[in-house]
Amino acid sequence: MLLSVRNLRTYFDEDGRVVKAVDGVSFDLERGETLGIVGESGSGKSVTNLTIMRLIPSPPGRIAGGEVIFDGRNLLALPDEEMRKLRGRRIAMVFQDPMTSLNPFMRISRQLTEVTRLHLGHGKAEAYEHAVHMLEMVGIPDARKRAEGYPHEFSGGMRQRVMIAMALSCKPELLIADEPTTALDVTIQAQILELIKNLKQETGTSEILITHDLGVVAGTTNRVVVMYAGKVFESAPTGELFSRPGNPYTKGLLQSVPDPTCDTKELFQIPGLPPDVANLGPGCPFAPRCFRAEAICKEQFPPFVALTPSHHSLCHFADEIYKGAS
Amino acid sequence: MLRFILRRLLITIPMVLVVVSVTWGLIRLAPGNFYTGEKPIPPAIEKNIRERYGLDKPWYVQYGRMISNTLHGDFGISLKYQGEPVNRILKNALPVSATIGVLAYLLALAVGIVSGTLAALRQNSNLDYTSMAAAMIGISLPNFVLGPTLVLFLSLTWYVLPPALWGGPRHLILPVITLSGVYMAYIARLARSGMLEVLRSNYIRTARAKGLAERHVLIRHALRGGLLPVVSFSGPALAFLLTGTVVVEKIFALPGLGNYFINANLNRDEPLIIGIVAFISIVVLIFNLMVDIAYGFIDPRVRY
Repeated sequence: MLLSVRNLRTYFDEDGRVVKAVDGVSFDLERGETLGIVGESGSGKSVTNLTIMRLIPSPPGRIAGGEVIFDGRNLLALPDEEMRKLRGRRIAMVFQDPMTSLNPFMRISRQLTEVTRLHLGHGKAEAYEHAVHMLEMVGIPDARKRAEGYPHEFSGGMRQRVMIAMALSCKPELLIADEPTTALDVTIQAQILELIKNLKQETGTSEILITHDLGVVAGTTNRVVVMYAGKVFESAPTGELFSRPGNPYTKGLLQSVPDPTCDTKELFQIPGLPPDVANLGPGCPFAPRCFRAEAICKEQFPPFVALTPSHHSLCHFADEIYKGAS
Repeated sequence: MLRFILRRLLITIPMVLVVVSVTWGLIRLAPGNFYTGEKPIPPAIEKNIRERYGLDKPWYVQYGRMISNTLHGDFGISLKYQGEPVNRILKNALPVSATIGVLAYLLALAVGIVSGTLAALRQNSNLDYTSMAAAMIGISLPNFVLGPTLVLFLSLTWYVLPPALWGGPRHLILPVITLSGVYMAYIARLARSGMLEVLRSNYIRTARAKGLAERHVLIRHALRGGLLPVVSFSGPALAFLLTGTVVVEKIFALPGLGNYFINANLNRDEPLIIGIVAFISIVVLIFNLMVDIAYGFIDPRVRY
């Protein structure tokens, strides 16, 4: 087991209210695996992963509880200095917006060499060669010359390639990709995903892929965690999640994917909006939008039902949904 | 780049001419003359004076002579300081103003950047509140209040520092502090807001995600972008500081450009006014150009 997140809670204190962005999230990641985390905006996907990296700005954020066991050590209990040595070296991150995630004032080469000089103890020349090599690996043409450029001279897709080169330059054991393709054109999206997939196989890196695009999840992940209102609603092997969802929310998400073979049908959507996570009642946070909701859903928090040893769902009627889908 | 600089330097010439022309017009509009005092002078003497200084000529001749002087960089003889060429007055007064100005600016820069950056790093802490409250007071407190207050306590109550005049280094302390007060406060606020914006930006998050130590994140990644507003403020600020500040030089009775400028205006000393105005406008234009050039070095996205 490479990473095990146990009952993680990250809260934000805002104007006297407590926003429970992540509230009791648990999942595991084996070495070499890819885990997909899906959910609507504000469901806590990104906050979960920033918490793993301990990059939550504090204040207003605070990690209110739980454990992040990475390779046998609880990251949340590490001293700052130890955690810093892990970041970029053993756990690396690719962010959503490549247009603003690179430093506009610094040459590409320097932004890359900075990491390897810090973590791998490379000398100036060695780090530079490594940077050029990494840029070539992510498919930047004329890498040696382009390394001298600044971020504004690169397109969005090229910048995301630079980000990936930077993230992978120390051969990390875990790569967290936070919506790496959301800000890119559809054609570039496919290229970037393919690139990450190939590099992952070459380097043996495990990956957490955050996205709200179910198509991306289907093609690239082994397991999927579905998040809603800061909680894990369903967790299953990718194939099974798509064929036999055990949660009404997952079902709704799957139905919302446009079907290209049938263009006359009106696109399905889940009614309503995600709840305010600072103001949740005792019941299921999805109940107001759920087609299966009954009185119990509004009063009692649902159980996390084990449908199979590897398939869990947070729902009072998980068994029924699971069986109904078969 | 070179073309850009040349073009900007060439534009300086017509701009200075416009400034001196407007100034010249305003001097005409102001009542009184350099030779009129409380006691009326006999018409014969007045006629002699007017002939002696060319004031009997039509206005366009006088204007043409002023423009020609300005273009030659020789502003003629002062009307009030008998026999003193304007250029010599400028040469003597400039070092006084420049010394105080540069020192005040360096002090403002050091204190402003350090306190502004620290305030941004510890946003909403006591340090932040204290330094921003001090900056607020610094901006609101006019230097004609700050200067005399300092003099009152440090010179007239505790006798630690000289209250006025141009002498050794000890004479510099009070005017420099008085002069830098507002700029210090302004720079602190600019540095704080600039740093706050940058520290929240995505590329700083990237730098942290790389595992860089916090001081490297700050020095290598954040300072450059965060202090850009301070750089753009520096051009005009430095220009005005170097060319003398009227109030501070008056308070401390310093023989700088500002003091001469006030006297020249009160005396309607046309050549001296024109000389100082032309000089200040050249300095302002050149410092603005220097800031633009500096921008090109700091921010790679800027091209000329």
